[in-house]
Amino acid sequence: MSAPYARPLDLKHGLVDLTHGSGGRAMAQLIREVFARALANDYLAQGDDGARLGHAAGRLVVATDAHVVSPLFFPGGDIGCLSVHGTINDVAVMGARPLYLAASFVLEEGFPLADLARIAASMGRASREAGVPVVTGDTKVVERGKADGVFITTTGIGELRDGVDCAGANARPGDAVLLSGPIGEHGMAIMACRENLAFDAPIVSDTAALHGLTDALLGAAPGMHAMRDATRGGIGAALNEIAQQSGVGIEIDENAIPVRAPVEAACELLGLDPLYVANEGRLLAICPPALAEAALHALRAHPLGAGAALIGRVIEDPRRFVQMRTRLGGRRIVDWLHGDQLPRIC
Amino acid sequence: MKYVDEFRDGELARGLAAAIAREADAHRSYRFMEFCGGHTHAISRYGLADLLPGAIRMIHGPGCPVCVLPIGRIDQAIRLAREHGVILATYADTMRVPASDRLTLLRAKALGADVRMIYSTEDALAIARANPRREVVFLAIGFETTTPPTAVAVLRAAEGSLGNFSILCNHVLTPAAMHAILDAPQGVAIDGFVGPAHVSTVIGSAPYEPFAVDYRKPVVIAGFEPLDLLRAIHLLVRQVNEGRAAVENEFTRAVTREGNGRAQALVERVFERRAAFEWRGLGTIPASALQLRPEFAPFDAERRFAVPYVPVPDNKACACGQILRGEKRPEECRIFGTACTPENPIGSCMVSSEGACAAHYTYGRFRGAAA
Repeated sequence: MSAPYARPLDLKHGLVDLTHGSGGRAMAQLIREVFARALANDYLAQGDDGARLGHAAGRLVVATDAHVVSPLFFPGGDIGCLSVHGTINDVAVMGARPLYLAASFVLEEGFPLADLARIAASMGRASREAGVPVVTGDTKVVERGKADGVFITTTGIGELRDGVDCAGANARPGDAVLLSGPIGEHGMAIMACRENLAFDAPIVSDTAALHGLTDALLGAAPGMHAMRDATRGGIGAALNEIAQQSGVGIEIDENAIPVRAPVEAACELLGLDPLYVANEGRLLAICPPALAEAALHALRAHPLGAGAALIGRVIEDPRRFVQMRTRLGGRRIVDWLHGDQLPRIC
Repeated sequence: MKYVDEFRDGELARGLAAAIAREADAHRSYRFMEFCGGHTHAISRYGLADLLPGAIRMIHGPGCPVCVLPIGRIDQAIRLAREHGVILATYADTMRVPASDRLTLLRAKALGADVRMIYSTEDALAIARANPRREVVFLAIGFETTTPPTAVAVLRAAEGSLGNFSILCNHVLTPAAMHAILDAPQGVAIDGFVGPAHVSTVIGSAPYEPFAVDYRKPVVIAGFEPLDLLRAIHLLVRQVNEGRAAVENEFTRAVTREGNGRAQALVERVFERRAAFEWRGLGTIPASALQLRPEFAPFDAERRFAVPYVPVPDNKACACGQILRGEKRPEECRIFGTACTPENPIGSCMVSSEGACAAHYTYGRFRGAAA
């Protein structure tokens, strides 16, 4: 293809302006030189309004997720790879193999093209590593002050495995509750950036695509009842959602929940509870007790599940409480968060 | 975590709990108030009630700065931001405190008010420096722990001629509130106090001596870790059993009898006592709060802007006053968990996670309800 543009985009000093969203030549150039280059695949190369996909034989899963993280770049990742991982994970925990992604960008006028190119490259890398192409997309530009740099919404389509029935409503009393690794790393990495907290060992986001891990898990324990990636609201929110959907109680053991020391220290400093801090590469898995050992083994055998642990069990409780045996031996509720988790004064 | 894990050791906790159970007389009751919200939070978060014998009951006191802040004071802050167009800098806890007209600072922010969450008074000064054409008001709240940083901020503003900075002062005093609880005309159902941790690092242990001498109530100052609390409860049980009333200090790694002299001097230089201050749930208490001294009047938002204090009565159905004095348990309030929840708090005790009702609702309500 010959380049129809007089000059290439200035990816060093250039800024997003309103013409990049106006449907004209500038927009076409932005898409071609930033997104199409970074996300390159045969579907996108067609340049059509949508992507024609192959025919799937089984049931499909679709999930969508808007990403509005601030700061856009953080230790361990950025909004680009996060937007790929987040949606892949939503599809994967449903028990499906993620096949395709769609991405929609809202750009703020004045946003540096260099940062946009970096974000697009990170998306491309994440998508290639995961083997899940971004097959179609859209770009809009809004006036300065109407957005926070870049918002990215991704939608994912996946194919459900035969015989797998993974859903939040499937937890049954007696089921084992497994966690794939240490919690709170994404949320505290972000918080440390925002609050300029410097730690001896910087906290790195756990952002990762979990479909390989769910694949291994379902291979070892196809009768898995429920999986959930514990993103916003942490494992506290995810466990409450499952208890609510399934009409059960859940009992967890604080001593069994892995938290790395820097995360624990940062939470302590800010008065936060790691149970409610966001993760982007951790999942909860709920399975019949007979499958627990095989499932735990499969998790631990995978690099993303090396720190996996059995943290509790599902119990009968019409009040649908999530309860925790504390490290001191007392009991308490792990309640829904009331609004955002805010640091305490003293 | 070094210096923290040591105070959260499950094995040691069980040993202490066993010692408490051995010494507590099962035929009597021990009603101990932990004054401080930090202690309430620790008790709830670690489920300490399960480790204590049935004879011991912990009463959650009013030491939660957000909970005791009356509606009228939040109204003032919201009016400053909405009507006077100031940048209101505030600690995060106050954002969800319900004010008049179904407003909170969070909602006022959503409606366009410039409300900014900060972590320290230094952040508030930085906002003032960065916005020389805007008025910046710091919503100063808290007990003796947060007062010295506010004093430093005012002094820095005065030295640096930061003319666009002022504070809406709501700093309150711990001993005054303890006096008010003990002086209640209906009497008190409290056998001893777990004394505050951080507050005591500033004021020392001496200010609690009148409670032991004049009111015959044991006071044991404790750190915020669960083992600190268990140890303090152990010491309180012992004092009650022996018929003693003294101030004891479990938190010797941080608290002295005299406290932090430099912090006290800073506070003394900048603040003076108010004649009286309204506490949510406890009513108006004489000499229980601070205001800026006249020479710092330019930094006093109440003198700088026309935002008169208008008291707003607490909801009549709310039993916060009785709960804070230990006369009622949260679950004995008519509206607990029904009309009044952490999402929609009606009384002060439900406002912050350190409040008596919110702590019970969030962490302990499985105990009240039938399983």
